[in-house]
Amino acid sequence: MAAPAAVTVDRLSKHFGQVKAVDDLSFAVRPGAVTGFLGPNGAGKTTTLRMLLGLMRPTSGRALIGDQSYTELRHPAQTVGATLEASSFHPGRSGLDHLRIYAPQVGVPDSRCHELLELVGLAEAKKRRVGGYSMGMRQRLALAYAMLGDPSVVILDEPANGLDPQGIVWLRQLLRAFADEGKTVLVSSHVLSEVQSTVDDVVIVAKGRLVHESSLAGLRDLTETTTEIVTPTPDRLRDLAQRRQWNIEDTQGALRIHGVDEATIGAAAFADGIELHRLADVGVGLEEVFLRLTGEPTQEVTA
Amino acid sequence: MTAAIRSEFRKFLSTRMWWILALGMFAYLAFIGLVMAFSFAQASSMSQQDLADAAESGTVLPLGVDAAKMAYSVTSPLGYVFPLIIGSLLFTNEFRHKTITPTLLVEPRRTLLVAAKLIVAAIFGLAIGLLATLGTVAGAAPILSLLGDGAYLGSGAVWELLGWSVVVMAIWTVLGVSIGGLLTNQVAAIIVIIGFTQFIEPIARVVASAVDWLEGIGAYLPGAAADAVLGTSFFGAMGEGDMLPRWAGALVLGIYIAVFAVGSRLITLRRDIG
Ligand SMILES: Nc1ncnc2c1ncn2[C@@H]1O[C@H](COP(=O)(O)OP(=O)(O)OP(=O)(O)O)[C@@H](O)[C@H]1O
Ligand SMILES: [Mg+2]
Repeated sequence: MAAPAAVTVDRLSKHFGQVKAVDDLSFAVRPGAVTGFLGPNGAGKTTTLRMLLGLMRPTSGRALIGDQSYTELRHPAQTVGATLEASSFHPGRSGLDHLRIYAPQVGVPDSRCHELLELVGLAEAKKRRVGGYSMGMRQRLALAYAMLGDPSVVILDEPANGLDPQGIVWLRQLLRAFADEGKTVLVSSHVLSEVQSTVDDVVIVAKGRLVHESSLAGLRDLTETTTEIVTPTPDRLRDLAQRRQWNIEDTQGALRIHGVDEATIGAAAFADGIELHRLADVGVGLEEVFLRLTGEPTQEVTA
Repeated sequence: MTAAIRSEFRKFLSTRMWWILALGMFAYLAFIGLVMAFSFAQASSMSQQDLADAAESGTVLPLGVDAAKMAYSVTSPLGYVFPLIIGSLLFTNEFRHKTITPTLLVEPRRTLLVAAKLIVAAIFGLAIGLLATLGTVAGAAPILSLLGDGAYLGSGAVWELLGWSVVVMAIWTVLGVSIGGLLTNQVAAIIVIIGFTQFIEPIARVVASAVDWLEGIGAYLPGAAADAVLGTSFFGAMGEGDMLPRWAGALVLGIYIAVFAVGSRLITLRRDIG
């Protein structure tokens, strides 16, 4: 295995006529971690990855694996393993053949193809035509393809699409294991929740532009605690909030306090002898932060 | 380079479209060979008077070894659509099924991809050519020996012709790849190949031989250049202009291949993939 190389995207742009699919995008991906590349449909994720992998020519800027462009790599398939959206297979080939056709160029023996099919859970189906594979099976085959050369950089476009819940858990463990081995892992997704429990870092794009780049913890800092309270004596609770200088708000049938967690409010209410019927954190979750970041007109937020 | 060639071999052998086409080609050529042999066998049983009548009306019916050679020479002139299509699949399959993406990921050097495909097509084309030539012989030889003047499978001239027939079919396969590289839409490539081989070129050859100032041009059409490599013109024997020498025919086909292959590299493979 070649020395772990990181990924650098540097002022990258790609225009398709009037469409700015990728617009002056810069970010970096570190080795030994799983980085989520997130953004809604059409945000420019696949286009960015295609430029990074030498399949598309940038309108401007550059994308590097280590300090080289993909096409300059001496052993690309042993350095980078990648799958792209709408993974491409000849439906008439068997899963095994799909790996075998690339094995000579990746520089691995056929035995490696069998091993990987075993690993991704396709050992039984490897002689069957890919045309008859389910979406999840295709994803697994694409993953096996990406792993052929035991690359130090793994780039996966929407790898969780079509995977069943067990498959998603399995994928998470696999990506985690890659990162623990020191590999650089970049996974794209259009839903945060899909990768939320896997990623260490996040790069969020919308309309081709970077809207957020940080660790997952950094993204969590943007979330806000909101506690919802139901009490038969709302006036006493408003009183308490006023004394504590809490930001309180009336909603239908309940009160909401922003920026204070349940434990603090519960303890204070108990001390004051206020009866509570409900005390729950309904705070703006990660998903909402994500929606807010990607939904609004682009504005750069870097935590 | 050897790795790229091995990959291309595996790609080709792991699909089945080509062998369905190859079987079709074999059956078709066996049938054509049979029909040709049958019509020449008729000639050998004609009376002197009938032959003279035929000659007077402009048809020189071949006899003996000439009849055998003529029957065996139909492989390329009538069957060249098959190696062209089979060759084109090598490229169009990659675009139709988007496998061009994984292909270029394992080997981003695009010139190497084109070269590997051309080489594999040449090697594979020899096998296709062998099968095709075998088909023609399988159809023609029994009829020639049973009803005509003999199959002449011991004749050196016949073997030479059969050898060139294999080579010409391999050249068509290579040309097919380079066409596929330029016309990456599989359906479009097949339609253009069929249209060209079945309509445009036959008509163009007749027109070129009939119109004075086009006379020289006809010899440069791919089918005519292939006849030159083969050393005998099935259509030419039915009254057509002069053929190029063998080396020139090969050169003309080589130029077609080079132009399309360079076009594949500079046009198709310069574009964005995705
Ligand atoms: N080859 C192309 N020609 C023209 N426009 C394109 C092309 N590829 C992508 N686009 C446009 O570029 C924009 C970004 O597309 P891209 O596929 O990169 O988004 P994405 O983030 O991968 O979306 P998704 O989550 O749906 O996969 C879209 O507006 C798309 O229509
Ligand atoms: Mg995409």
